[in-house]
Amino acid sequence: MMRRISVLAATAALAGGIAACGAEVETSTTSGGSTGAGETTADSTPPTPSDGTLTVSNWDAYTPEGLIPGFEKETGVKVKLAKHATNEDIMGKLEASQGSGYDVVFVSGQFAEALHKRGWAAEIDHSKIPNLENLYPEANELPYDPGNKYSVPYTWGTTGICYRSDLVPSKPTSWDDLLDPAPENEGKVTMLATDRWLMLPALKSLGYSANSTDEGELEEARDLLMEQKDQLLAYDDTKFYSKLVSGEANLVEAWDGWCNYGIAEDDRIEFVVPEEGSDLWADTMVVLESSENKDEAFEFINYVLRPESGKGIVDLLTYNTPNQAAMEQLDPKLKKQYPNLGIAPSELLQQENLRDLGDAQPTWTRIVTEITS
Amino acid sequence: MRSARSSLARRGLLLGPALTWWAVLLAVPVALILAYSLFRRGTYGGVVYDLNLENFERIVDPIYLKVLWFSVRVSLEATAAALLIGYPAAWFIATRPKRWRTVLLVLVVLPFWTSLLIRTYAWMVLLNDQGLINEALTGIGLVDAPVKLLYNEFSIVLGLVYGYLPLMILPLYAAIERLSPELREAATDLGASPIRSFLTVTLPLTRSGVAAGCLFVFVPSLGNFIVPDLLGGGRQSMVGNLIQTQFLEARDWPFGATVALAVIALMAIVLWIQARAVARDREEGLADA
Amino acid sequence: MRRERNWPLSIGFGLTVCFLYLPIVVLVVLSFNASGLPTSWGGFTTGWYERMLDNDALLDSAFNTLIVAFWATVISVVLGTLLAFGLERAVRSRALDAASYVPMVVPDIVLAIALLSFYNLVFTQWLGMGLGLWSVILGHAVFGIAFVAAIVRTRLRGFDDSTIEASQDLGATEWQTFRHVTLPQIGPGIIAGALVAFTLSLDEFVIAFFTAGTTVTFPIQVYSMVRFGVTPEINAAATVVVVVSLLLMLIALRLRGSEDTTA
Repeated sequence: MMRRISVLAATAALAGGIAACGAEVETSTTSGGSTGAGETTADSTPPTPSDGTLTVSNWDAYTPEGLIPGFEKETGVKVKLAKHATNEDIMGKLEASQGSGYDVVFVSGQFAEALHKRGWAAEIDHSKIPNLENLYPEANELPYDPGNKYSVPYTWGTTGICYRSDLVPSKPTSWDDLLDPAPENEGKVTMLATDRWLMLPALKSLGYSANSTDEGELEEARDLLMEQKDQLLAYDDTKFYSKLVSGEANLVEAWDGWCNYGIAEDDRIEFVVPEEGSDLWADTMVVLESSENKDEAFEFINYVLRPESGKGIVDLLTYNTPNQAAMEQLDPKLKKQYPNLGIAPSELLQQENLRDLGDAQPTWTRIVTEITS
Repeated sequence: MRSARSSLARRGLLLGPALTWWAVLLAVPVALILAYSLFRRGTYGGVVYDLNLENFERIVDPIYLKVLWFSVRVSLEATAAALLIGYPAAWFIATRPKRWRTVLLVLVVLPFWTSLLIRTYAWMVLLNDQGLINEALTGIGLVDAPVKLLYNEFSIVLGLVYGYLPLMILPLYAAIERLSPELREAATDLGASPIRSFLTVTLPLTRSGVAAGCLFVFVPSLGNFIVPDLLGGGRQSMVGNLIQTQFLEARDWPFGATVALAVIALMAIVLWIQARAVARDREEGLADA
Repeated sequence: MRRERNWPLSIGFGLTVCFLYLPIVVLVVLSFNASGLPTSWGGFTTGWYERMLDNDALLDSAFNTLIVAFWATVISVVLGTLLAFGLERAVRSRALDAASYVPMVVPDIVLAIALLSFYNLVFTQWLGMGLGLWSVILGHAVFGIAFVAAIVRTRLRGFDDSTIEASQDLGATEWQTFRHVTLPQIGPGIIAGALVAFTLSLDEFVIAFFTAGTTVTFPIQVYSMVRFGVTPEINAAATVVVVVSLLLMLIALRLRGSEDTTA
């Protein structure tokens, strides 16, 4: 019996060893699946000077399928696509590796600002990215990075209320409809869970800035949110649209593009930006200072800024992209089905851009902890 | 009885590999991170190397103590529930014919080879107001209206028990399985009721298994952040969420390190209790009859 | 009577198994749901399995996870068993006892960040090596060793040394005694420990995410996919991971033959 165990162990070890060795070899597979193109390899090597590879980290399913294979074919540069689930995850990783490990990272604007302040964001060489002219002029004036010196916007949008028009007693127009729900809506509202967006409705309802660092203002917002808690179903960043579809919730706080996932399932769902105003968020591409493939990185960004790429982004995500050339090529039917795509850049820029909170961040986190415990 | 052959070479061979592994990959890196608690957060994250004890003053805030207390309470509830469910399950497996035991163990462990995240989402489907469980309850007529089974303490405890049950069952199994049936019978033969025999003979003999199982459930429960986020609806943070948010959302490594230190210190107490149970096992010189 | 039929116990076990498998049933059922949402049934389909098979990223990640779990378990079992023997037989130190539980006690985000910072300093910057599955395996073994050691120790505690003495009186070498007398008796402990280490590694996300560099394990893939909703594709993949692991276990069991000689 012991002999059998030894044989088994040896076989397993051999199999496992061979497998591990095999997996350590770079496999270049392009995925035909829905989760976006890109290779996954079982080993990563640090970038050697211009070795013709790019390491990119993005949210899953946030890159159009054909984009990376198209780029690879045209330029011969191999792209390794890593994934992160949240901004906070990739920021944590970058902090621990002191800003290294990737060539390009996709992060939201306020985090691009933080990366720049930490000295980890490389200066964008505009001369190497002619397609920057495809952007709306407004996209060059984004407060977290005016002139796009160390980041290039990829998508942008706002936050609002996503709701079931058939279930709510009256169409919501104000953040208060969420914060102080009508009796029919009690227990059927959700809010976003990430700190910046959790506090947003309260701050806007009170007339304060979404980037407020004033402790008094934050505490007022906190009190408002704690009053809401009894009528709140949950804080939810990911499943809120399916709660609308199932009827578990009547109205939820949502990013504009996410609401579209619900609209796609059930056209009784609608989106509105409350009258008090909302935020302007942007997801951006940042080239890391530690990258040794900066030229390839700029080429990649240039490729992303092509009209066809931009169109692919909108088709996939139903988010707005600041790529004017792409937006003008959009299928009008898409704009009709998803009203958020009709929001003009000038309207978007009326909303308040999210910035890094600097030293006030720990206060924010403490306040959010008070609310969520 | 206990081998006296504890030569240096022997000790080195037995203890060396694991301890070295931990020294290099655990002690040093973690100590460096925990040392951050003595410093300060930079304006945009990062650490400012300016020695101070502010973080330790910050953590004594009632809000953090509230989170800590909630976490401890919920983890204790989960541990107790896991023990109540896990002990009979482990007993059952240990008392089946030998060839069935590994199969049953695998049966119990198999669900846990699926992503816990996916199973947690499945629980959300089951537990919500229109979910299967409520439909069954109202269908049978046990209740008139859907019961709130989700986004509350109940769902958090359920999620924790569910997530860590095999960690309770496996060490219990290992402990129960080595008991000889004769020992159990001897107690009954001498006139003890089954319950008495269990409480005074069996349970103490499996004490170290119970201690291990409880530790394996309590500790990860305390540090869990997925369950309160999803099954708890983000409405009640636990200490795991706290540490996550400090390191990732607040990008405040110094304070995050302080919270982690507090949790580890708390755990040290639990470990000490566990170590005493082990020491008592040794002193009583446990051996099969 | 050696083994009375204890009906309450059996029913209790049955209920426990139901509890454990309820979400599994849900996710297997949903993996055949034509509608993407868990709240409405859109008809039976195997389409999600087809899509999953096309999804190289998902498949690669599942394979990576099996490799990581396998090696992490091997290391954990070997080092953990040695440690268990050391703590039970070679030394008597409460400090070391407590120390052997520390890996379980450190919050995983702390360990993850600590390891990445450490790897970054030593491997990336000094040695110029990239991170990959190996760096995850090292991290997983850190807590795996602790779990295996703890479980094997409970087994060692009740050990009947007279069997060892008998074996030695009969002239067996220390290795022979270990192989034929000790090992079979602690066998169930090692198996239980291995199962724990394997299970923990298979679904571990935090340490894997931080230390895997750009490689992707299944939990990493799942966590990033669910940001956009749990599609049945993920359920299909999860089902397949279970089925494959089950098959591997069954193969291992068949090769082992009957369990007679293990304790």
